[in-house]
Amino acid sequence: MAAKTDLRRFTGFLPVTILCLVVLYAPLIVVAVYSFNASTSITVWGGWSLDWYRDVFTGPEAPKFRQAAINSLVIAVSAGAAATIIATAAAVAMNRTGAFRGKTAGFALINLPLMVPEVVTAVASLVFFTAIGFTTGLATILIAHITFCIPFAYLPISARMQSVSDSYEQAAMDLYATPWQAFRLILLPLMAPGILSGFLLAFIISLDDFLITNFVKGAGVETLPTAIFGSVKQGIKPNIMAISTLMLGVSVVLVSLSWLIGRVGQSQQKQT
Amino acid sequence: MAGAAPDGAGASRSEIYRGNGFRLMLPVWAFIGIFLLLPVVLMGVYSFLTKEFRGGVTWDFTLAAYDQFFFDRGLFGDEPPKIEWTYIGIFWRSIWQAGLATLMCLLIGFPTAWFIATRAPRARSAWLFLVTIPYWVNLLIRTVSMKFLIRDNGPLNEFLLWTGAISEPLSLVNTNFAVQLGLFYSYLPFMVLPIYAAVERYDFALSEAAADLYAGAWTTLRLVILPVVKPGIVAGSILVFVPSLGAFLAPDLLGGAKTFMIGSLIEEQFKGSAGNWPFGAAASMILLTIVMGVLLIYARNQTKGGR
Repeated sequence: MAAKTDLRRFTGFLPVTILCLVVLYAPLIVVAVYSFNASTSITVWGGWSLDWYRDVFTGPEAPKFRQAAINSLVIAVSAGAAATIIATAAAVAMNRTGAFRGKTAGFALINLPLMVPEVVTAVASLVFFTAIGFTTGLATILIAHITFCIPFAYLPISARMQSVSDSYEQAAMDLYATPWQAFRLILLPLMAPGILSGFLLAFIISLDDFLITNFVKGAGVETLPTAIFGSVKQGIKPNIMAISTLMLGVSVVLVSLSWLIGRVGQSQQKQT
Repeated sequence: MAGAAPDGAGASRSEIYRGNGFRLMLPVWAFIGIFLLLPVVLMGVYSFLTKEFRGGVTWDFTLAAYDQFFFDRGLFGDEPPKIEWTYIGIFWRSIWQAGLATLMCLLIGFPTAWFIATRAPRARSAWLFLVTIPYWVNLLIRTVSMKFLIRDNGPLNEFLLWTGAISEPLSLVNTNFAVQLGLFYSYLPFMVLPIYAAVERYDFALSEAAADLYAGAWTTLRLVILPVVKPGIVAGSILVFVPSLGAFLAPDLLGGAKTFMIGSLIEEQFKGSAGNWPFGAAASMILLTIVMGVLLIYARNQTKGGR
């Protein structure tokens, strides 16, 4: 047989892929390395040290960043949880209740936060909260975050629900389970991986947000991104690089977790 | 834009909880309806109100915000109106920048997506994971990291000087290219994922047929593969272009005054001392109209093309 050329191969595609990965990872790796710099200058390398991590936790700016981190976490956990519950209800409505009034409009509404540009959402929220006389602060941040997290929680939850057959719930109802019991005891456990990845996605999206938070946060209230942005405006300081590296670590761990959960979910599905 | 159709295939057609649909959607209406849809409508109303100094509005109906956007009537507003190019120019530059960033994502994203989709099935998800991890790192941190890397005396310039590729540091920050690079960095996975999905479904019998008819690899790419995976390319381009258009962080941190984009223009109206809420609302409405226009054209072509 003559040597067959591989139709899937294009010369140059591998180097481009490698270039792509280099561009994606180089900035993060460089910042992570420089966060361990002993020098007070961000330009000069003065050997390895943990000084900037110590500065983050005990330095003059530590209370500010600690409060911002607590705010960010509280908001991300609450907004993620609320968005997950709302998205689960919506996924049941969209996938398991047949036709009803306002279904198409409801589906469009779920996706609305993905379509409206972030800066427009930010402006609209500020205008709205001001118009109804709502004092901006943690509560307004939370409301805004729940709103834009809903579609992100909805995507994995709805995808998972579509792949779970309703025959188990049907069997339960044949045995006189109420719809609520069928949902809670049958569907919910089967959906667990989807719900967990929905929550993680919403959590990360909430933690990631800068622009909308910056508009609705009110004076004196900071989340990590807004605190970092304020600091970076005066130039990149080494303690910012240490905070960035910590946040980078948290994101990578969470995403890996969500990926592994997804894999477990997939292999479970193959068994059923 | 994203997500499955309301009536997806297979098990999703279940009606097991029939009669509860409307009730179950109420929380969505409560949150997205009240805290996004209603605010956007209110913002539209604000764009027709009169500005109050130092932020806010008074409830007097006027077209002043749109007038200020499109027309120049001189310092005292009594000269005959000329077209005001400042803001149209900012929008035009934003469209241009977002377009170039999209092109950059396509040129790098297509080969990457193709390469990943042609790996062994088990390796694919690992490669995809590798490409998407940076996306999950905080956008602000990624943008700051990019600035740190490419600044005048930053590691990239030091490295290039050390290799001898350049003799003087490149000044990249505050250029159009830096903004495009930042946008590329922000939204690349949005390009790779839909193209990957399209290539994964591509039937390689088509490539074989083309090869049997003596088409070279690049001819096959141009005449056979690209038309087939075009829906993925279009979807990816929209997913990159739309958020790039209204982006704030990349232009603000990586660009300077010369690379001012829509996001910064709007932000300034609500934060800066020159605050003008109706004008900011009007600029937001114009941005929203452009974005909705792009999405509508896309949606219409989707349904027209059928599947």
